[in-house]
Amino acid sequence: MRENWLWSWITTVDHKRIGILYLIGGGFFFAVAGLEALLIRIQLMFPDNSFIVGDTFNQLFTMHGTTMLFLVALPILFGFMNFVVPLQIGARDVAFPFLNNLGFWLYISGGLLLNLSWLFGGAPDAGWTNYATLALNDYSPGPGVNYYVLGLQIAGLGTLMSAINFITTIVNMRAPGMSYLRLPMFTWTTFVTSALIMFAFPPLTAGLFMMMFDRIFGANFFTTTGGGNVTVWQHIFWIFGHPEVYILILPAFGVFSDVISTFSRKRLFGYHSMVFAVVLIGFLGFMVWLHHMFTVGLGPVANSIFAISTMAIAVPTGIKIFNWLFTMWGGRIRFTTAMLYAAGFIVSFVMGGVTGVMLGVVPADLQFHDTYFVVAHFHYVIIGGTVFGIMTGFYYWWPKMFGTVLNEKLGKWNFWLFFFGFHLTFFPQHFLGLNGMPRRVYTFEANKGLETGNLVSTIGTFLMTIALLILLYNVAKSIRKGEPASGDPWDGRSLEWAVSSPPPAYNFAQTPRVRGLDAWWLEKVQGDGKLKPAEPLGPIHMPSPSYLPFIMAVGFFISGFGFVFHSWQVGALGLVVVFVTMYIRSFEEDHGFHIQPDELKPQGVES
Amino acid sequence: MRIEEQTGTVVGGLPAEPEKATLEGKNKIVGFWLFLAAESTLFATEMGAYVALKGSHLNGPPSQELFQLPMVALSTLILLVSSLTSVLGVMSMHTGDARKMLTWFGLTVLLGAAFLGLETYEFMEYVHEGHTLTGSAFASSFYLLLGTHGAHVLFGVLWILGLVIQGAKKGITVHTAPKFYLASLYWHFIDVVWIFIFTVVYLMGMI
Repeated sequence: MRENWLWSWITTVDHKRIGILYLIGGGFFFAVAGLEALLIRIQLMFPDNSFIVGDTFNQLFTMHGTTMLFLVALPILFGFMNFVVPLQIGARDVAFPFLNNLGFWLYISGGLLLNLSWLFGGAPDAGWTNYATLALNDYSPGPGVNYYVLGLQIAGLGTLMSAINFITTIVNMRAPGMSYLRLPMFTWTTFVTSALIMFAFPPLTAGLFMMMFDRIFGANFFTTTGGGNVTVWQHIFWIFGHPEVYILILPAFGVFSDVISTFSRKRLFGYHSMVFAVVLIGFLGFMVWLHHMFTVGLGPVANSIFAISTMAIAVPTGIKIFNWLFTMWGGRIRFTTAMLYAAGFIVSFVMGGVTGVMLGVVPADLQFHDTYFVVAHFHYVIIGGTVFGIMTGFYYWWPKMFGTVLNEKLGKWNFWLFFFGFHLTFFPQHFLGLNGMPRRVYTFEANKGLETGNLVSTIGTFLMTIALLILLYNVAKSIRKGEPASGDPWDGRSLEWAVSSPPPAYNFAQTPRVRGLDAWWLEKVQGDGKLKPAEPLGPIHMPSPSYLPFIMAVGFFISGFGFVFHSWQVGALGLVVVFVTMYIRSFEEDHGFHIQPDELKPQGVES
Repeated sequence: MRIEEQTGTVVGGLPAEPEKATLEGKNKIVGFWLFLAAESTLFATEMGAYVALKGSHLNGPPSQELFQLPMVALSTLILLVSSLTSVLGVMSMHTGDARKMLTWFGLTVLLGAAFLGLETYEFMEYVHEGHTLTGSAFASSFYLLLGTHGAHVLFGVLWILGLVIQGAKKGITVHTAPKFYLASLYWHFIDVVWIFIFTVVYLMGMI
């Protein structure tokens, strides 16, 4: 049974394979949510269109937003973090390999549960923010919102585990000499992002519990007739939801920092201020949630305080933008696809940032609120930031992950089509919003000045789709007959480029000794181009694969499905599976195995 | 797992702090503190919702008529003592006395179960007085907060019970020691949360 390849992927505890699994899972949900976006834009292509109307449209935009934010952006970033962070800090693995596998399967379990709603009982349709009272039984009677509540609960549990895992790994498992101020920026942003997850996801957990109790057990948290208060949901949701957008953007910032310094052949300008800016953004991310609620009417004092704290975030973000520009300034820039995406990000993200500051002006926000202006803003920052970051990381780390280089010519086609498609889609939406087009509506009238913008926007969506198909083709081509990549195809700076591509299961035959910032670059320019070992060659301890996380995730899935349909017996049965598995795990005595020195794969680079 | 930096005195073949002797143990301790930090946020959110909603008791009894402080004080006492017994358990672990350790942790389990019994009795009393989950926003937020804490106590009781069984079989090793240490951390955390609940829900609920 252990020889079966599928089984070995299900039970794997290797952080690199789990990283690849996250990319596959994220890629799958990306296709689903992308298709949903395409359908939304086709409906809005012409005035008074009747392609998809009414409740189905509500389900589409709800699922598009929910899937993209929870099941695509963060998991793909988790994929990179899993693969890259242990390599960047000179570790052999993450702190909790078992938990890492469990986190992944919980994500898949929650994600599938959420998307099965299309087949059984109807998808959630109350928007990704799931506001009460719209999301309560009176206005959303079917099981749709239950899927939202339980799917996100399960997936969120996995996210929290992964965050704890990353922080522990970075705190405890850095190679000798890898001080905090020598961590590559991607590792730093992973660290801060994980801290944000730790404090942002538990409020969501609590909020989802309340929503679940209101919907399934008849509680009265948000039900106004029972004394509940709908703004409680809004506060809780945004105390989670605002940090969530920084959770999505900070890792992308890390990718850009690594990529821009690599392809400019310069050390990152202002490394220390970059670290400071990341930490400050992380902190301020929790101080601004109320700017999502300016129109609720919480009073001028609350609104002013949150408007000021919102604008304060532009300061550390500006520091970062200038540092990237100064890194490029005077560098010998190589415009690979990864670098193109990084440069395209700076332009796009600044535009998104500017509209963000505009939305932070309370009187103006009363005008912008719930129009396409907001839609344009958040797509500018999330696509222009996070998705560009994902693309950058994808082209940058693909050789490391799969041992082949992606075709650069196709890559450039992919970039330019995506870049123009993106701006074509979302730039006109600013003006649609200013001209009064509300978000979340399935149609608009002719002769109100909204036709051209909507048509252009939909054409842009098609360009992005073509760009992504080219990416898919590029991937397929590279897997079949890509040119093999060396360990260090980009002349990189951080430790992941010091091992072969793909790296051996144990990462480093000997734990490296780190002698400065940009540790690998340092060895190339000041040393003999080889890592200095910090320990003698010896047997390497490896954790054993385990099938228990998968069973546990299945238990959660069963439980979630039960509660969706108000069957607490099935729900309890699933939880019993979970707890029995936990007990088995606790009693299990498995100390893993060792790879002996004579089994180590001979490598080009000694490590 | 690699055993590194075995410093300090060795008692009965074990390092002085067996829970921190392996990298695995050290990772578990850091990871568990992080988990507790996340849990604090969960409880803080539920407590925030409770404070926001506690005035909405509609036709049900308000907190001043409902709560009976003597019984809650007894629960508090029991939980505080159980935290003490878990400390004594960890201290016995550090001296390498497995029997004593298991006894102290066993006592912790019993006290935890007693707390749960009292809480169940208390809830049944409240339901008799018309304070049900579906009655009002006050009741919903009360039962969610207290229920989350109670579920944590129940989980802790089952967990430590499992550990006691495991410890009886395997004794104190560098693999079992971190488990007992973490269980004791968890138990203190539950206690700290209860102090907040006692203050915010019960004491402030009487005025």
